[in-house]
Amino acid sequence: MAIKTFAAIDVGSFEMAMKIFEISAKCGMREIDYIRHHLALGSDTYNTKKIGYEKMDELCRILREFQQIMKTYGVTDYRAYGTSAIREAENTLIILDQIRNRTGVEIQVLSNSEQRFLDYKSIASKGEEFRSFIGKGTAIVDIGGGTIQLSLFENDSLVTTQNVKIGVLRLHELLMQMRPKPGQQAAILDEMMDSQLSVFKKMYLKDRIVSNLIVMDDYISGTIKGQLAEGKNGVVSKEVFGAFADSFFVKSREALAETYAVAEENVELMGISARILSHVMEMMNAETIWAPGVTLCDGIAYEYAEKKRINMTRHDFEKDIIACAKNISKRYMGSRKRSEVMEETALTIFDSMKKVHGMSKRERLLLQLAAIMHDCGKFINMTDVGMCSYSIIMHTEMIGLSHREREIVAYVARFIHDDFSYYDEMAAASDMNKETYLIIAKLTAIIRIANGLDKSHKQKFKKFKASLEEERLILTVEGKQDIMYEQAIFRQRSDFFEEVFSIEPVIKQKKMD
Amino acid sequence: MNFRNPEFYTNRELSWLRFNARVLSEARDASLPLFERLKFLSITVSNLDEFFMVRVASLKDMVHAGYNKKDISGLSPKEQLEVLYGEIHRFVDLQYDTYKELIIPALQENRVGIVEHHEELTREQGAYADRFFAENVYPVLTPMAVDSSRPFPLIKNKSLNLCALLSKKDGSKEVEFATVQVPSVLPRIVELPSADSDTVTLIRLEEIIERNISKLFLNYDVLCAYPFRIMRNADLTIEEEEAEDLLKEIEKQIKKRQWGEAIRLEVEAGIDKRLLKILKKELKVSSEDIYPIVGPLDLTFLMKMYSLPGFEHLKRKGFEPQPVPALPSGCNLFEEIRKGDVLLHHPYQTFTPVVRFIEQAATDEKVLAIKQTLYRVSGNSPIIKALSKAAENGKQVTVLVELKARFDEENNIVWAKMLEQAGCHVIYGLVGLKTHSKITLVVRREEDGIRRYVHLGTGNYNDATAKLYTDTGLLTCDEAIGEDATAVFNMLSGYSEPPGWNKLSVAPLWLKKKFLRLIDREAQNAKAGRPARIAAKMNSLCDPDIIEALYEASCAGVEIHLLVRGICSLRAGVKDVSENIFVRSIVGDYLEHSRIFYFENDLSPEVYMASADWMPRNLDRRVEIMFPIENPDLKKEVMHILDLQFRDNVKAHRLMPDGTYEKVQRGEDERFACQEIFCQEAKKAAKQKKKGGEGGKRVFIPKTSADDI
Repeated sequence: MAIKTFAAIDVGSFEMAMKIFEISAKCGMREIDYIRHHLALGSDTYNTKKIGYEKMDELCRILREFQQIMKTYGVTDYRAYGTSAIREAENTLIILDQIRNRTGVEIQVLSNSEQRFLDYKSIASKGEEFRSFIGKGTAIVDIGGGTIQLSLFENDSLVTTQNVKIGVLRLHELLMQMRPKPGQQAAILDEMMDSQLSVFKKMYLKDRIVSNLIVMDDYISGTIKGQLAEGKNGVVSKEVFGAFADSFFVKSREALAETYAVAEENVELMGISARILSHVMEMMNAETIWAPGVTLCDGIAYEYAEKKRINMTRHDFEKDIIACAKNISKRYMGSRKRSEVMEETALTIFDSMKKVHGMSKRERLLLQLAAIMHDCGKFINMTDVGMCSYSIIMHTEMIGLSHREREIVAYVARFIHDDFSYYDEMAAASDMNKETYLIIAKLTAIIRIANGLDKSHKQKFKKFKASLEEERLILTVEGKQDIMYEQAIFRQRSDFFEEVFSIEPVIKQKKMD
Repeated sequence: MNFRNPEFYTNRELSWLRFNARVLSEARDASLPLFERLKFLSITVSNLDEFFMVRVASLKDMVHAGYNKKDISGLSPKEQLEVLYGEIHRFVDLQYDTYKELIIPALQENRVGIVEHHEELTREQGAYADRFFAENVYPVLTPMAVDSSRPFPLIKNKSLNLCALLSKKDGSKEVEFATVQVPSVLPRIVELPSADSDTVTLIRLEEIIERNISKLFLNYDVLCAYPFRIMRNADLTIEEEEAEDLLKEIEKQIKKRQWGEAIRLEVEAGIDKRLLKILKKELKVSSEDIYPIVGPLDLTFLMKMYSLPGFEHLKRKGFEPQPVPALPSGCNLFEEIRKGDVLLHHPYQTFTPVVRFIEQAATDEKVLAIKQTLYRVSGNSPIIKALSKAAENGKQVTVLVELKARFDEENNIVWAKMLEQAGCHVIYGLVGLKTHSKITLVVRREEDGIRRYVHLGTGNYNDATAKLYTDTGLLTCDEAIGEDATAVFNMLSGYSEPPGWNKLSVAPLWLKKKFLRLIDREAQNAKAGRPARIAAKMNSLCDPDIIEALYEASCAGVEIHLLVRGICSLRAGVKDVSENIFVRSIVGDYLEHSRIFYFENDLSPEVYMASADWMPRNLDRRVEIMFPIENPDLKKEVMHILDLQFRDNVKAHRLMPDGTYEKVQRGEDERFACQEIFCQEAKKAAKQKKKGGEGGKRVFIPKTSADDI
């Protein structure tokens, strides 16, 4: 039986952690070791904007120890990720280079959405349990230091995800600045959260029914899982959790540390974390909480298993992303029918051109997303649709897309309407590389044709086929209606397609009786 | 009811003295083989030495520092010392009474004579002694005189010395002081030629030196000479925050220990007053710290006598630790452990499987890593050898070596360095905590992934003491325990605590609470009218929180049976406090050392074993591990061990409500000595296994009738 021994390293803001996994098709992911070392990189980054020498030194020392431990288990592969403390430092590149030179460890930096996606994957790594929850109305509450991430599920898929600036440390800082009397703390926390959460409720929650919350955090998950959870499925009821959350504003620090068997210095942050969760619970009117007790490391390993195509039962994350995109289109009143035609046409063209464009399944997904959201900008301004769509897509979080991927989708949606910007221009606006630029160009060429085929927005074709014949792409449409208008537009639009692929698209109509 | 009332507690030092008195009662027991009695007497002496160096010293430190906090029995350090002085003097009297009135006559009956004073030697014996002195002793002596140009010399801790008054032969009246150490490199006991061949005559080294002392000071007349011995404050207090390198700091402290404040001076009764005055002044001891001894100083020479050849008939018949039925010799331990958990009961069962566990891991191709905590190991330890070999074979070997193990530091540093040289990763203990847990983890890569094998025990990884101490251990590859074991070593390596524990309870963070919860659960069950019972065996019991919980449980109606070998600050059978608590102590040929805990839990009993006693130092200041025994067969076996111990009516003492101990009265009952029965059971189980009759059986068969024996 093939077993891979894999190490997942998380260089976090407060802690370095490594989990060792055995990954196999038969047994899935088996955690063998979990090593944590307290290291407050964040206090350097957040105070001085740089990671200082001493922290750096310790970080390298721990990484070397981690390498020793990896050797102990005969680990064959590893991934190391850094999060906000490294991401937000001004000297990120220098730090990463030094770490590489001193330890040989390659640390990759995660953006917020990438990090949240891995968090999400770590929950999904719980397989059966996870699926049993997302079938019902469920939300994931991922509590971080600066922000929390709220993600809503509908029919097994994640439909929307929002980042709300009420993280544990942020609230703690604010609270410290205000120095409230002990009796007022809870009320002030509630007030701080209310302003943010009421917007979320109005905009995104609407009349969705959320009966269960899945929680991920650094402070209370362990207690929820280990001490509060009861029964087979390990969920905690609203009443039990409410009493738990309230206890932090009633009992003394010492008593709390004793009761929950935690270090005294963690009690305050636990209290805030619990308050956030109970507040969200109340807002969503949820009945139960489930804490899978997973960490970013589980997500890292899950992602690795996916990439290595180790055959485990898996959640379909692409379905989530598509559901999310459709939800965005709906919110900005895009035409569902037209989007569907665009989607089908564009993907048909994409598939017929595989030999020529050389792009993968992932780019196909990006094309699909651009097609789904192509006209969301109309909601804001009908004459500047391209730029508005671009902005909406860039400012809407879609869990599962990297920053670069989101940018591709946004540009492609924009260039349906706007003139294409060439590389020099685009690279001047962002730190885009050539590879990304080429993908944008190719996807734009395809989507423009698809758009041209339905310029009248009347979905005139019943059937559509595309086939590549030497230097020509034959697009065969079936339908009774006259397509004069389309054909005229199409000739205009095909220039860019020819420019990118050196292939001439030709439209043919097969009249049906 | 205030269960913290000092009246309900016994001072731990006093309780310890009572324990030593129980050991002494073994030396006074005429039914025991004579040489075993010598050994017990000697043990009470070395016990008392250690007690002085550590406990009395620490009380003195407190008094010097003006620390007045009362202990749980309501005594301030000063009051404790006052009580102790009286008790100790009485105890020492009893020791010498035992020596002179019981041991010496018994030795004579067995034709062994000890010449107490060199003046009693025959001419022939005297000549032999003088020759022995000239050839063997004289070359290693370093006599030191004290005068204005030569200051009073350093008298080493625990060393035996002779002091003498000298006057110059030139006729000057001036009297000088001189001292010479009785060399510890030579045997304390010397055999002399006897008048007839079946008699053995012995003399102590200091008598030979005293007889020849004038040869050391040729220009002087020796006016008088007397032996003396001092004990120094040896409690090792290290300023750890300041100690950059623990290893160096401990080396430094060991050197310092020889210099600690003198806290006891033993002199021969009738010592010349001038000599005593000088000693008292130079060593700065007060009158109550002086112990005038009628008899030889430092009776530990009796232990040397024990090892003299030719007296086997006066010793207990030796017992060879038996093979463990579940682990036949030559088996692959990993394979056997995979078949099921294995319980070990030393010294009735051999310690060899534990040594082999590490030896096999060292050479097994599939083993990736070995991790172990070491507290006290034997000299020339096979475990250290195996660990070094493992490192040389490319295994990842991590060893936590507890340097702070009392009086063993010097030893520990040597082999810790050895391990490091072999390529092991050595952790030299934890700042502020002693690592007392006994755990070994072997990580093995097998077909179906990583598998962890764990040994957990109540006793040290010491193959020598494993033949003398009763201890229990568990070999398992249970996944939950394996995960916990990994977490333990992560914590010992300085990483954060795991998010939770599966089965192990670890001190100092969690263990005490776990005990309190378990005790309280019994109390709640008793209150609700459900069956409730606690049975526990340990070395010492003096943690106030635990005792309070036990009192509460007793009042709730929980039946509590305790086997506490040594210190017990709990008072048993006190009305309205501890009427349901029964305490026994067993002092036998083997030192009772295992820690076993049984909780009734409303008829689904839980059984645990641990490295910890119910003492604050174990629960609050040490890394300790408690582990459950879950396999139903093994659980029965452990309950059987407890049961037999409580049935002992030969070596057991019962704690009385007034805090004293009484030997359990056998009356008409048949003799039941649990240690003997464990020996027989282990033999029988091993034999059955050999015959194949009860192949693979892991359960002892209790004997219900004496006819079986």
